[in-house]
Amino acid sequence: MTTALDTRLGQPWRKPPFIKRVWLRWSVAAGAVLYLIAAIASIEVNWSRVYEGLDRGAAFIMSFTRPDFISRAGDIWDGMLESLIMTVAASVVGILISIPIGLGAARNIAPLPVYLVCRSIVALSRALQEIIVAILLVAIFGFGPLAGFLTLSFATIGFLSKLLAEDIEAMDRVQAEAIRATGAGWMQWINYGVQPQVMPRLIGLSMYRVDINFRESAILGLVGAGGIGATLNTAFDRYEFDTAAAILMLIIGIVMVLEYLSGIIRARVQ
Amino acid sequence: MHWAPPVSFPCPSERKENALLLSLKSLTKTYRTGDKALVSVSLDIPKGQVVALIGPSGAGKSTLIRCINRLVEPTEGQVLLDSVDITELSSSGLRRERRRMGMIFQEYALVERLTVMENVLSGRLGYVGFWRSFLRKYPQSDVDEAFRLLDRVGLLAMADKRADELSGGQRQRVGICRALIQNPSLLLVDEPTASLDPKTSRQIMRLICELCEERGLAAIINIHDVALAQMFVQRVIGLQSGSVRFDGPPTALTPDVLTEIYGEEDWQATIRKDDEEDAEAAVA
Repeated sequence: MTTALDTRLGQPWRKPPFIKRVWLRWSVAAGAVLYLIAAIASIEVNWSRVYEGLDRGAAFIMSFTRPDFISRAGDIWDGMLESLIMTVAASVVGILISIPIGLGAARNIAPLPVYLVCRSIVALSRALQEIIVAILLVAIFGFGPLAGFLTLSFATIGFLSKLLAEDIEAMDRVQAEAIRATGAGWMQWINYGVQPQVMPRLIGLSMYRVDINFRESAILGLVGAGGIGATLNTAFDRYEFDTAAAILMLIIGIVMVLEYLSGIIRARVQ
Repeated sequence: MHWAPPVSFPCPSERKENALLLSLKSLTKTYRTGDKALVSVSLDIPKGQVVALIGPSGAGKSTLIRCINRLVEPTEGQVLLDSVDITELSSSGLRRERRRMGMIFQEYALVERLTVMENVLSGRLGYVGFWRSFLRKYPQSDVDEAFRLLDRVGLLAMADKRADELSGGQRQRVGICRALIQNPSLLLVDEPTASLDPKTSRQIMRLICELCEERGLAAIINIHDVALAQMFVQRVIGLQSGSVRFDGPPTALTPDVLTEIYGEEDWQATIRKDDEEDAEAAVA
């Protein structure tokens, strides 16, 4: 019975290729290279325009060496405060709403109709990009942080509900089953069997979302939804690159602080 | 070698209590895939009797005990617990009856990120309201009983540890406390020793049987280890392809019977009386 083995002994072994047909494999590779060349060739670059712009770019970059926090200090402070308030309020509201929606969007604990409704809400929230939502809400509620707050809350729901639901779907079924077997009611079952399993991830994701919301709040100002983005936009419009540099440095600083804090909190809740 | 029933650990059924506790009538479970997990299983279990359920993987042992507390919905048949038909109950009625059936799981199934005490007290969830359980404000009598049970299984010092800090044997003992604090009449035990070493397995089986004896509990224990089952129970039920193939005392488990349940093998070694266990039992 060693004939099958004998033919293999002494033969080299190589991992089977992903595409078995040789001609197809080479055509795909060649096609990819040709496409890349064609794609790069199709980008139009106006080199004289680039040359002119270099000066302005350099001025902007050089302004980071002497950022101006002082001359627009009041505007910067107001914008920052508005952004932070927007971030915190939108995160709290968004997280509170995403928890029930996340529970409903987990197929293993929600009945089908609830699941479909919650998944639709998640899909809608994720399909609409923040800027588009913000433009719509600014049109409805006017310029200012209310539109930004609503946009960020809406975006938080899509993000957090989806990831929470996926975490619930990946939980250990037996732990939850054991709680059900004690005669626990539905809410008790969630509280004892499901919540402890998903809590660390929920906290981690929430912290991450606070971080994202702050960064987004800087962008939303560009379409009139309030916050530090509005101040930043104004600074650019006035060619006050030194003030713009100061604002960007503050944003980067705050994002890094939030990142650091969320890291500490996530390590604590494991 | 001649097999004699172990004398050191009498289990409850010797007390000859014949009042019927659990009765399965033509219980059938067909999964949506068409797999027949249980085919018309009928069984009677009197109060206080400890029964081992043996059979090959996939024979339907897990499905059987999960149909009793309806973690798995049976397709046909009845489950009568003190003449209450479990299969007919509404969800609130089912929760009330589940309190009377403590369950012990294969991989312990403790909620890993909760403390030992929370895990034990979760056995009272069927008795307390949502806010009490949410705020962890259990009645003092429940808290006392939890401490008593933890002390009984030798884990009182671990009460505030997180469940995932414990070893396998310790976790299973917490699982036993969680089942017992329900104050059940019946224990459903699913492979209690499958993830434990041989010595811990015996300790856990002995503990379960002792506690059943102390409290007059009936138990259905799914178990792979035939020799271990023979040491501790008075009645063995053999399941194969979803039907009962054997129902009798452990002494009646002959190689022929095991072949009927599991298929052809040399069974002599499996059913040989274990002298080691005798010695250990005598010391204990």
